[in-house]
Amino acid sequence: MTHNTFEPTIIGFTCNWCSYRAADLAGTARMKYAPNVRLIRMMCSGRLDPTFVLRALSEGADGVMITGCHPGECHYIEQNYKALRRYLLLKRVLKGMGIEPERVKLVWASAAEGAKFAAETTAFVEEIRKLGPLSWGKDEGGGMKDEIKNGDSSLTIHAERSSFEKEVAA
Amino acid sequence: MTERVGVYVCHCGSNIAGVVDVVDVANWAAEKLGRRGVIIARDYKFMCSSLGQELIEKDIKELGLTRIVVAACSPHLHEKTFRIAAKNAGLNPYLVELASIREQVSWVHTDKAVATAKAKAVVSGAVSRVIENQALEEIKVPINPNTLIVGGGIAGIQAALEIANAGFHVYLVEREPSIGGHMSQFDKTFPTLDCSACILTPRMVEAGTHPNITLLTWSEVTKVTGYVGNFNVTIKKKARFVNEELCTGCGICQEKCPKKVIDEVYEAGLGYRKAVYTPFAQAVPNFPVMDKENCTYFIKGTCKACEKFCPTGAIDFKQEDQLINLDVGNVILATGYDLFDARRVRNDGYGRLPNVFTSLEFERLSNAAGPTNGNIVLRDGKSTPKSVGIIHCVGSRDRNFNNYCSVICCMQGLKFAHLVHERTGATVYNFYIDMRTAYKAYDEFYQRVLEEGTLFVRGKVAEVTDAARNEREKGKLIIQVEDTLASKQRRIPVDMVILSSGLQPRRDSKDVGKLFGISCSTDGWFTEKHPKLDPVATMTEGIFIAGCAQGPKDIPSSVAQGAAASARVLDKILQKEVALEPVRASVDKATCSGCRICNGLCPFNAISFIEDDQVTEINPALCQGCGTCVAACPAGAISGTGFSNEQIIAQIDGLLMKNLEMV
Repeated sequence: MTHNTFEPTIIGFTCNWCSYRAADLAGTARMKYAPNVRLIRMMCSGRLDPTFVLRALSEGADGVMITGCHPGECHYIEQNYKALRRYLLLKRVLKGMGIEPERVKLVWASAAEGAKFAAETTAFVEEIRKLGPLSWGKDEGGGMKDEIKNGDSSLTIHAERSSFEKEVAA
Repeated sequence: MTERVGVYVCHCGSNIAGVVDVVDVANWAAEKLGRRGVIIARDYKFMCSSLGQELIEKDIKELGLTRIVVAACSPHLHEKTFRIAAKNAGLNPYLVELASIREQVSWVHTDKAVATAKAKAVVSGAVSRVIENQALEEIKVPINPNTLIVGGGIAGIQAALEIANAGFHVYLVEREPSIGGHMSQFDKTFPTLDCSACILTPRMVEAGTHPNITLLTWSEVTKVTGYVGNFNVTIKKKARFVNEELCTGCGICQEKCPKKVIDEVYEAGLGYRKAVYTPFAQAVPNFPVMDKENCTYFIKGTCKACEKFCPTGAIDFKQEDQLINLDVGNVILATGYDLFDARRVRNDGYGRLPNVFTSLEFERLSNAAGPTNGNIVLRDGKSTPKSVGIIHCVGSRDRNFNNYCSVICCMQGLKFAHLVHERTGATVYNFYIDMRTAYKAYDEFYQRVLEEGTLFVRGKVAEVTDAARNEREKGKLIIQVEDTLASKQRRIPVDMVILSSGLQPRRDSKDVGKLFGISCSTDGWFTEKHPKLDPVATMTEGIFIAGCAQGPKDIPSSVAQGAAASARVLDKILQKEVALEPVRASVDKATCSGCRICNGLCPFNAISFIEDDQVTEINPALCQGCGTCVAACPAGAISGTGFSNEQIIAQIDGLLMKNLEMV
């Protein structure tokens, strides 16, 4: 995979009250943005467990976008500040793990900011494109990411892995 | 896999199908996601139509589906529709998941192959997630029929009367000694020029005498606990030093009180009141309040003139603040606004140049019951101005102060122009940036003021100064302005300047918001649930807002919002119980290590620590479901329904599986 053809995969965590609605608004207004982002809705950016980000990066995402209400406008009064704290800490942890902290980005977007959501998404995709694929685990002879990149069979591998994990857990 | 998942891909006419190959997505889901439990995948023109819903209902019944994924529009649009369809077919509504392939795919991307690939990923994420969904039940709580209304301005009064007339009890709390709010200070109201007191006073009296309204003036809410239907509020009733049971409101105490105090609140600093006073003659309730800081008895220990002359012995110097505890089901916050402090705009000279007045000062000057009996005079109290300049947008639409438009100032400025013209015959100049006279009969009023001969200069005033440059300007206030229509600088000498100051959120609006668990915009106005479709509800169930507390507005809009908020409260009361979304956090006591990391995270006070068991507990009635504590628990002891770790992790994995589909 060369840099020319590299299409990053990005997971976006959105707040039900603001940024998810900003994404809705971008849609309703037919604004175009890079198709590389796949969104997950949560009730609040405060719900974001930093391990979700690590999970996404380990399972194939090249970048993670965290979005929430502007400071002072949190639906739950102040929980976005907690998201901000966790984000700052997470960036330090990522650095310690040898992952570029720039792969995770925090964006504040109100429900009215469809245009901002679209622009920030496209900009982030370009930033990740410059960073290149997140290829951790490769030196050790292939991690999860390689399995995924083996094509459609990855679905099977994953399905099996998930069910295996469940059995172990049970 | 034990779950049986059905996937339904909507065409939405051509909205989705025009960009996403919906047939391919459905076939792919049936084929590739079979291992994850998908036993049927269909595409249909309009899933939300009754035929589309029937399709799902039929499959649930005939194929024994246990989970549903609808790949269509945003869940904010049709989640409810498909939940009801599932419920109709006997499936728990929370086992339905929407994959947004319209707002997030077909409407924002153009390349068909890429869009189809992304749609597959989104469907894959939803399928993985829905398997982890749990059957949930709506939370039902009873509603206390009593209502608390905070703020006795016109919005609060309107809301109180509506609810009281419907037969339910209202506690109307007001910080000042009387209800009436800003409206009671005005002389005339635009655009019809009704006398403000004439239309307001009957409403005040009605609220004061209504059997279903308990007035709590000179009082403030200090504590709020509970949740929709079941709030418990503590109200501090400040000592009036007048026994309300005995007082008849005869006014003798005010007459006899020897101490005069400048009235900074009601008379905007232009008039006097006594140390024991009612703010104005028509005050409701009509019981006076003793101003402890200025009362001679409280300062020197002697006087008691009021006590001596009171015919009913109602004066009580020993009265203390009282805490009142009330149970209410709903709350309406109608706490109003503060006037923008015109001193901040230094160039306009308020506070430095005596004959610069604020809008509220002018209201008092022009009010027949005001300190000058309605005579419009300069600060010396005698001279009538021969020329008056009215400056619009003071503190509004200005990056140095407030970005927003205060809505009322244009009409207020026009009203002032009319009153000055009518009562003094002075030449009147209005300095405006843009003339905003939307709403019924407002522009007609503007036309009328134009025809009366008021002069309009379009431009933001640069400076008001008393530094004369020539004989003509001597002893005058000179308004320096760029006339943007004529493209020239003007210096206009006038005798009096009136600043049409903007509106600001109450200085303590953020504290009040926090007290009631609602949020404020960055400016400080209370945030409504939806700016267009839900302007009086807030994100906290059972807390409603009305009037200027939500944003600047005129009297008709404040009244409309008061009535609207009361309708929402009545809707809740009549339902007798309320259903809450079952998105809640709970603690597994066996796993909780008692570390208390979560204890400080909840702004709704839903988390408490049980000392006896050394574990944390979450009150589901207070929990709002944000999930911050769930994310914080290092032991994984807190789980959140609707957005559990399992659901989110499954969705992450699901979304990423089709990594190679992206070209």
